[in-house]
Amino acid sequence: MTRFIAWRILQLPLILAVVYLITFALVWLAPGSPYGNNDRALSEAAKNDLKVRFHAESWEKFLTYYPWQIVAHGDFGPSLSYEGWSVNDVLRSSLPVSISLGLLSILIALVFGCAAGVTAALHRGGILDFLSLAAALIGISLPPFVVAGMLIVIFSDGLHWLPSGGWGEFRHMILPGVALALMPMAYIARLTRVSMLDTLGHDFVRTARAKGLPKRTVVWKHAFRTAFLPVFTYLGPATAYAMTGSFVVETVFNIPGLGQHFVNGVKNRDQTLILGTVLVYAAFLLVLNLFVDIGYALIDPRIEINARPE
Amino acid sequence: MKGELQSGRIRFGGGILLLLLGTCIVTLPWTLGSSSNFYYDRQHTDSPLLAPRMDTVWMWFGTSKLGQSLMGQCLLGGVISLTIGLAAAAISVVLGVSVGILAGYRGGWLDSLLMRIVDVLYALPYILLVILFKIALESPLGKILRSSAAANLVVLFLSIGLVSWLTMARVIRGQVLSLRTLPFIEAARAAGVPQHRIFLRHLLPNLIGPITVYATLTVPQAILQESLLSFLGIGIQKPLPTWGSLASDGLGLALAPVASCWWLLVFPCTLLGVTLLALNFVGDGLRDAFDPKAEASHI
Repeated sequence: MTRFIAWRILQLPLILAVVYLITFALVWLAPGSPYGNNDRALSEAAKNDLKVRFHAESWEKFLTYYPWQIVAHGDFGPSLSYEGWSVNDVLRSSLPVSISLGLLSILIALVFGCAAGVTAALHRGGILDFLSLAAALIGISLPPFVVAGMLIVIFSDGLHWLPSGGWGEFRHMILPGVALALMPMAYIARLTRVSMLDTLGHDFVRTARAKGLPKRTVVWKHAFRTAFLPVFTYLGPATAYAMTGSFVVETVFNIPGLGQHFVNGVKNRDQTLILGTVLVYAAFLLVLNLFVDIGYALIDPRIEINARPE
Repeated sequence: MKGELQSGRIRFGGGILLLLLGTCIVTLPWTLGSSSNFYYDRQHTDSPLLAPRMDTVWMWFGTSKLGQSLMGQCLLGGVISLTIGLAAAAISVVLGVSVGILAGYRGGWLDSLLMRIVDVLYALPYILLVILFKIALESPLGKILRSSAAANLVVLFLSIGLVSWLTMARVIRGQVLSLRTLPFIEAARAAGVPQHRIFLRHLLPNLIGPITVYATLTVPQAILQESLLSFLGIGIQKPLPTWGSLASDGLGLALAPVASCWWLLVFPCTLLGVTLLALNFVGDGLRDAFDPKAEASHI
């Protein structure tokens, strides 16, 4: 176990380095430049000055300067398109927003997804099964921006219960949290259903019922605990999705999160900002997956972890 | 009971899909014929943003901001959206299955290398990867194809396809790992069957189940991703329509509190939603049908 964790932690910086290089290659090859894009056309000389200032005359210069700064000082450099901002400033202001929104939506997805999945499994083939599956499928059958828009029309414009945008208080988080939760909720519901069906067929469930335990106890204490494993594996990617997949929801609700900055970065070809956000995203995903793998082994003692991956 | 539910789901979903796809393809001569009222870029300048009317067929779905027939746009958009989904599924089948079989069957350093590549690509949030692929590939391809609209379409297919093979590769590798140890593969190897023949004649037929399932589930994902790209302003180039781009264009006007142009959102979204729902139905049904474990009793 310790060897496994050490091996995975050793891999982290390597994978991050490769991610950095791939992203850099894609961003560097992309047409367009971050300097003087829109209204003001800069002269060649001014552009070159900027490039020298940002260590971006050539790819060698860029790659010998920025990665070292990140490793040595944790400094992602200045943003090329937000004047006067460093990438670290951007991350510092937007990361908490994205994380709290992501966690809220995962919580919503987990509670409602599991409930729907268990209900569907218990009423297999019946009307409740069909309804809860259909409801779950609607979550992944409409673009998130449409769902977000409809939520605004109903709960904000229509009923005036919740604000349609902005950030700062808890009530600002509810609608975007729900909009973001729909996709993982649908997956969790389906995973739970399949895995519950599998578990309910096992002998220990029959035994528990036979010895007179009430149905509710058997379902939630015996079956659901076992059936939760695949859902738990999915939590890593799901949390990552909720934190990173929020570009669209952030745009609709006008939330100052990481996703918006990434999209702006891409539109402005802001190389340092893109690299910074991608690295943060990737690190998040990798660490979450590691936690999930470790937690998986702790929950289910049958799973043996090899020192080497597979 | 179980079998009925599944084949019912597959038939129901499949029927809807065929009907939609068929309608969209049959009407192509009108949606692409520049003299027709349905032509996707025919701008009826005197009638922008008209609500649906039943008396003229091309106005059944209303008109867009520029006076195009929304029905024509939806029909052509269906073809493009579904093509994007199918292209992504095709790429994911070809790439994912070959990587999965190679990694699972050969094992050793090749397996480690390929799976680390998959890990790295997994570590990048995929929508981000699509965006990066797209901006990096679009202009070199535009130069080769000499048409920015064609390059835009091809890059859209490629970039969505290039991120959707990862799950397929992992699933197939897992399957091959367990198949590899079975006696019939061992027997084939002992009999001196060449490797490519083992792949094609012995492994592949046993993988058809998972391949079909994951390919079917890739299609709705790809269609949804295109709609996200369109919403962020980096999807398909106007005036070519997809259901996703029509929905994201219509969003603002449809949600306006006064004088809402609801049809701009309702029609593309309904078509998109019904299609994705049908695809997911078919995919889920197939998965349950192919999964021998899903045999459980009522408690």
